Amino acid sequence: MFDLSARRALVTGATGGIGEAIARALHARGASLVITGRREEVLAKLAAELGDRVQVVVADLAEPDAAERLMKEAEAAGPVDVLVNNAGITRDMLAMRMKDEDWSAVIETNLSAVFRLSRAGLKGMMKRRHGRIINIGSVVGATGNAGQANYAAAKAGLVGMTKALAAELGSRGITVNCVAPGFIDTAMTQKLDEKQRDSLLGRIPAGRLGAGADIAAAVVYLASDEAAYVTGQTLHVNGGMAMI
Amino acid sequence: MSDIAERVKKIVVEHLGVEEAKVQENASFVDDLGADSLDTVELVMAFEEEFGVEIPDDAAEKILTVKDAIDFIKANS
Repeated sequence: MFDLSARRALVTGATGGIGEAIARALHARGASLVITGRREEVLAKLAAELGDRVQVVVADLAEPDAAERLMKEAEAAGPVDVLVNNAGITRDMLAMRMKDEDWSAVIETNLSAVFRLSRAGLKGMMKRRHGRIINIGSVVGATGNAGQANYAAAKAGLVGMTKALAAELGSRGITVNCVAPGFIDTAMTQKLDEKQRDSLLGRIPAGRLGAGADIAAAVVYLASDEAAYVTGQTLHVNGGMAMI
Repeated sequence: MSDIAERVKKIVVEHLGVEEAKVQENASFVDDLGADSLDTVELVMAFEEEFGVEIPDDAAEKILTVKDAIDFIKANS
C-alpha cells in the first residue's frame, strides 16, 4: 500500500516544518522529489540528508513568472506526477490595521501562485492521464480566525479551486484534493506564547499540537494510487479541534 | 491528400478514439466526433507539439473542425 516508487513529487515550501515533513514522508515511500523554497541552504541540507532521488530548485513563488519557470525546470529532469502546493506565508493582523499589501501578498503567494503552478503542471499530467495535486489548506479556511482575514480567505479560496479543478480533470486520471492542518508544531506556531498555546490545547480533543508527520501521512495517502477515487475533497487533520 | 491532413487526422483518431472513417474534413470535433471541451484543449496541444506551431487561444477557439485545424497549420507552419 501507498508505494510511490514510480512517482515524482514536487513539494513547494519544503524549507518549512510541514513541507519538510511531507518531503521526507514521500521520499520514504519511494518517490523521487523536487523540493523548492526560497532558502537554498536549507533545501541543500535536506537534499543531502535524503540522499538520492532529490532535485533542488530555488524559487520565490511571489514572483509572477516563478511558477512557470519552476515547473519547466522540474519537468526538464522528469515528470511531475504529484504536486504538493504547500508554500504559504502569513501576515497576521486585525482587519482594521491590515494594509492592501498585507492582503495581496498573502492572496498572491497562498492562492494565485498555487493556481499558476497547478496550471503549469496540468499539461504533463493530462498527457500522462495521471496526476495528483494536493493543496495544503488550513483549518482557519473553514472556521475563520481573528487576525487572519487574508490567510483565511486564501485558504478558503484553495478549497473552491480544488473542487473546480477536480471537476475539470477527473476524467483524465488527475485528482485534486486539499489537506487542512489544524495547529501544527512548527516555527509558525512557536511564535505563540504559553497562554495562547494552553488555550489552544484546551480546544484540541487530541490534547496536543499536530506534528508535521501527521500532515505528511495524509499527503502520502492522497498521492498514492489507492486514493484514485478521492477527489475534490478536503481532509482535515486537526486532532478534532474542528469537526467539519 | 496532403501530409499535414494525414497527420492531423491521425492525431484526432488517437486522441478521441474514433474510427478513421469518421474523421472527415468537415467533421466537427464536438458535434460529430464526441469531443468535450477538455478534449479540444488537448487536441490543440497535440497539434502544437506535432507541427511545432503555436496556436494562440483566440485562434484555438476558431478551430472547430478537422479542416479548420488543417488550414491553420498549413497557414502557420
